[in-house]
Amino acid sequence: MEGFFFNVLNGLSWGMLLFLISMGLTTVFCVLGVPNFAHGSLFMLGAYTAMQIARWSSFWLGLLVAPIVVAGLSVLIERFLLRPVYGRNVSYQLLLTFGVMLFLDDGIRLVWGPAYHVVNPPEILAGVIPLFSQTYPVYRLFLVILGPVLGVALWAFFSLSRWGKIIRASAMDREMAETVGIRVPVLFTAVFAFGAWLAAVGGALAAPHQSVGPAMGEQIIIESFIVVVVGGMGSFPGAFVGAVILGLVGSFGTTLVPDLQMALPYILLAAILLARPTGLFGEAP
Amino acid sequence: MSRLSGLLGNKVFSALLIVAALLLAPKILNTYGVLVLTEILIMGLFAMSFNLLFGYTGLLSFGHAGFFGAGAYFCVFCLLHWSDSLWLGLLAGLGGAAVLALVIGWLCVRRDEIYFAILTLGFGMMLYTVAHNWRSVTGGSDGLGGFTFPVLKLFGWETALANPKAFYYLVVLVVVAGAVLLMRIVSSPFGLLLTATRENHQRVAFVGANVRSVRLLAFVLAGALAGASGALFALFNRIASPEMLHWSFSGKAVLMTILGGSGVLLGPAVGAAIFFVLEHFITSYTTNWMIFLGAILIVLVLVFPSGVFGALVQRLSRSERGGSNV
Repeated sequence: MEGFFFNVLNGLSWGMLLFLISMGLTTVFCVLGVPNFAHGSLFMLGAYTAMQIARWSSFWLGLLVAPIVVAGLSVLIERFLLRPVYGRNVSYQLLLTFGVMLFLDDGIRLVWGPAYHVVNPPEILAGVIPLFSQTYPVYRLFLVILGPVLGVALWAFFSLSRWGKIIRASAMDREMAETVGIRVPVLFTAVFAFGAWLAAVGGALAAPHQSVGPAMGEQIIIESFIVVVVGGMGSFPGAFVGAVILGLVGSFGTTLVPDLQMALPYILLAAILLARPTGLFGEAP
Repeated sequence: MSRLSGLLGNKVFSALLIVAALLLAPKILNTYGVLVLTEILIMGLFAMSFNLLFGYTGLLSFGHAGFFGAGAYFCVFCLLHWSDSLWLGLLAGLGGAAVLALVIGWLCVRRDEIYFAILTLGFGMMLYTVAHNWRSVTGGSDGLGGFTFPVLKLFGWETALANPKAFYYLVVLVVVAGAVLLMRIVSSPFGLLLTATRENHQRVAFVGANVRSVRLLAFVLAGALAGASGALFALFNRIASPEMLHWSFSGKAVLMTILGGSGVLLGPAVGAAIFFVLEHFITSYTTNWMIFLGAILIVLVLVFPSGVFGALVQRLSRSERGGSNV
């Protein structure tokens, strides 16, 4: 029973990070129609920038500043690289973001080197607390609690705020949104930057959770792609449920079937595809 | 002059010219040059098989290396445990990859466009994970090697393939056969159906064709040829390693195709040559070659969407048409 509980907590803490990344990925795809391969790299850039700032001053400043830096960079990416390929075949958009990914990944390796770095959680979230007969890292509990809070905040943003409504309207019908006076080019830049900001927040939060290294972007982009296919592209509850499922599959897989653990997400993907090709919360195309 | 360009325009003639050049190349090149050309040819077949899906069927696969690598592993496994026959090894690579492509393709063709790219990426990485973690069969991250290099036996004639030039001729044989097969496929009625599916899959469905099975067949054919090229690559490197299945390796096929041009059958093979030259040129200055690769890809997508070779061919055909008007 205890083991079960710890697995749930581990799964949820990773699932919450996945949720942040998938949310950005799915929002950008819905509004811009661009599948962003570089999303994992933006996550990784967020983690490295946060690490650098944490070394200079504090974790909290890193969590605040790193996402802004990454969002600023992504404004440039959207404006100068993505904008020319809107309306072109989706393959070329994918290839362009693939190029951006290669560039960013290797750029990060150039700046910070190939080594793995450890980031300590801030004082208040450091250490472990007793839980049942064992102890559990405080930082993971913090993530587990933070996840639903961020989820509710994002939900409120999308359903209640003016900007959230504009984003949803444009995702539904781009031309109609333009007709009623929404400045779509500005919106596209803003949404892309928002997605990048989410990714970088995830990266900054992930830094103390796992080690910061050059492979972290690749792992998370594949898992978040699986999340959005499992949950259904463009679905808010889909991203949340998909991320939680994938997080739990990871943590239970590690303890129950360690040999199969790495293959489990793909088996899940195949199963969903057979049972519900549009994903759990996706609508029929 | 017009007669010469007419001759060059003739597909059969230019194909024969290319084959003759490939057969004569080892007479001029030194051993290093032969090795370079061997690798370019193998990667060229891999990229061309990818382009059957991308350029002709309109499906962007990000897991094509899965079949390339699977072909490598099947071939080495066959040589290690079953038989020392070269042909059986190659056949195992081709057949094994085709069976895997059938299963994975059956799942992936349920969705298209971006979903297809994601699904192939996912399942390709699944194959990578298997190769990387199933130590007892695949040798894990060390890869699978240590096989006795097979001897080429053909109608009672034997030659040791350990000689790079002999191996080169084998590669030329397989790659040319693969290219001819691809050429036959794309100009067949089935090939037209593929192009039609790329242009408008709904209309193809309206005229009564089963889009899913058309795509699946293309996927299996592409997977089989990728498997054959992977088997050659394993023989060439004396090892099958997990990196051959990784998605960054699939990315190589994508890049070669974009470099060379997806609209021309031989475009990806030319792209493989450009890729090789670029890689060696840039890595002689810096180890951060991916950053250049990313930049090159971005520029290509923005400026030359039909590829360097494709743009050249377009330009030539345009000037030819312009010339005939005068």
